[in-house]
Amino acid sequence: MLRAVLVFPLMGLMLLANALTARAAMEIQVIGGAANKIALAMVPFRAAPGQPQPSLTQIAGDDLNRSGQIRLVDTSGVPTPFEPAQVNYATWRGKGAEALVIGQVSALPGGRFEVRFRVLDAVKQTQLAGFSYNIAPEQWRATAHQIADIVYEKLTGTKGAFSSRIAYVQKQGKKFELRVADADGQNPRTVVRSGEPLISPMFSPDGARVVYVSFEDRKPVVYVQSLADGSRRKVAAFKGSNSAPAWSPDGRRLAVVLTRDAASQIYLINADGSGLKRLTEGGNIDTEPVFSPDGQTVYFTSDRGGSPQIYKVPANGGEARRVTFSGSYNVSPAVSPDGRLLAFISRDEGRFRVALLELATGQTRMLTDTARDESPAFAPNGQSVLYATVQGGRGVLGTVSLDGRTRSRLSESGVDAREPAWGP
Amino acid sequence: MTKLFAPLLLALIVTGCGTTGGPSATVEDRTGGKPEAGSSTQTTGADSKATTGAAETTPLTGAGVAGSTLDGKQLDGGSGNFAGDPRKDPDSPLAKRSIFFDYDSFVVKDEYRGVLEAHAGYLLANKDARAILQGNTDERGSREYNLALGQKRAEAVRKALGLLGVGDVQIEAVSFGEEKPRNEADTEEAFAENRRVDLVYTDE
Repeated sequence: MLRAVLVFPLMGLMLLANALTARAAMEIQVIGGAANKIALAMVPFRAAPGQPQPSLTQIAGDDLNRSGQIRLVDTSGVPTPFEPAQVNYATWRGKGAEALVIGQVSALPGGRFEVRFRVLDAVKQTQLAGFSYNIAPEQWRATAHQIADIVYEKLTGTKGAFSSRIAYVQKQGKKFELRVADADGQNPRTVVRSGEPLISPMFSPDGARVVYVSFEDRKPVVYVQSLADGSRRKVAAFKGSNSAPAWSPDGRRLAVVLTRDAASQIYLINADGSGLKRLTEGGNIDTEPVFSPDGQTVYFTSDRGGSPQIYKVPANGGEARRVTFSGSYNVSPAVSPDGRLLAFISRDEGRFRVALLELATGQTRMLTDTARDESPAFAPNGQSVLYATVQGGRGVLGTVSLDGRTRSRLSESGVDAREPAWGP
Repeated sequence: MTKLFAPLLLALIVTGCGTTGGPSATVEDRTGGKPEAGSSTQTTGADSKATTGAAETTPLTGAGVAGSTLDGKQLDGGSGNFAGDPRKDPDSPLAKRSIFFDYDSFVVKDEYRGVLEAHAGYLLANKDARAILQGNTDERGSREYNLALGQKRAEAVRKALGLLGVGDVQIEAVSFGEEKPRNEADTEEAFAENRRVDLVYTDE
């Protein structure tokens, strides 16, 4: 069962008591000060009898807190408003809130619920947004994530990614499962179960399919699977190994790594397995391809320079250019949705950490402080990076904000989670 | 055959020797008396053969509905010894199926000459025999990059066998990367055990 703890080592805060009773998956660490964060009062909604747990404000509050751009202020010790007329703005400004979210849940016939909420500007004393939903209990978490998306967008001007999904591989004993979960790690559903390893999942750009590598045929083979009906096909099962699939932005092609011509080289192939075309040439390792968002460039890892580094090559072929220069091990590139940033894994003094490179300037900074990080993937809105790491001898998933100051971990006891991907 | 082998293997070693230079890793004979097929899957459990080739998919929207089982090929395996198979003679170099590598190295060390010559001889004498070369790495670093490193090791063994006259139709080089460690411990000894290529005959 997923378990959650909220930790604020330096800020020391209020959600702690609430969070310990919740069953969310998150552990959130905020490193460093609260510079530039928007202070939000997530006022507990008026509850309806029999409503699911944890509360909407708990789930949405965890989402917003995890973003690293919003700071939740204490909501205790003052009257709790549910409607705008009940709001004493001076009280909330006194608590440091720049904005607040209020709302209420009502039970409807047939086990459904009505959810009403408003986002209020505490300074201007105006409403920024207000919505109501008529939902089934199964839509509880989805509703909370949608509330978080609306609040986030109103406060930051950037679209939220809390309603998106992640995929990852879970290893339990000798069983491997490819799972799809909500962006906060909750609501996991298994889409592939195998007695052999599964690696490198990636959502298609429209989120309807997933590509991955399965070892069930005693060698790595690339599969594309429909999430709607579970049907799948082998798209690359050539002689040798078939791996490292990456969707093109239009969802029609994949970059894959094949060894059919000896060395691990990058090829392009249609999503139905037709139209194979070789992209890189040489006898060295070329692997981990990933398309730029405009589809024009493929970033990849190569050892052609003697150590693994990240390179780029035009997607229609051409000369490869080196992208990373410092350090002796830079692998697993991921491009931000705006094409400006590259997240990758960099080894330094024996530690593998998530690094972020601004492509225009070449400026690089480390985002994490762990030692065994792998597989970075950007959020659909580009505002955080999902990655795998090792904690207490087992694999866990984490997210980190682009300034590296807010990190969260997905924790599930007794299993290994690895190979995360972030989809729409 | 032997005369041919020495200079060719030497050439292989010379090309790759920039990446070695340290003392050789200890090489253990862990093949004697071991069940044959699927040596690389040993650490993943005795029943791993039963699950090979049968992944199960589930539609995301249909709760608990089992998807189609796929047509993964099950490799033949473990169908009992029969007397006289030279590959099963523990005193023969054919019983040795693992070639170990140094850290970050793809060089087939000279000490495996006898083993590779024996397997090449067997494959040349048994044209129907098929072998899979399974490359493996230790667990440090990127999974996909390690898959490529394991492939590079498997390719090095494939080339060595090729130089001994074994055609590509009889051998396939594949990689398990870091995914199927023989030793799951987080120690240098375990890492050394996992940096290897296993030669697996498809009829065993």
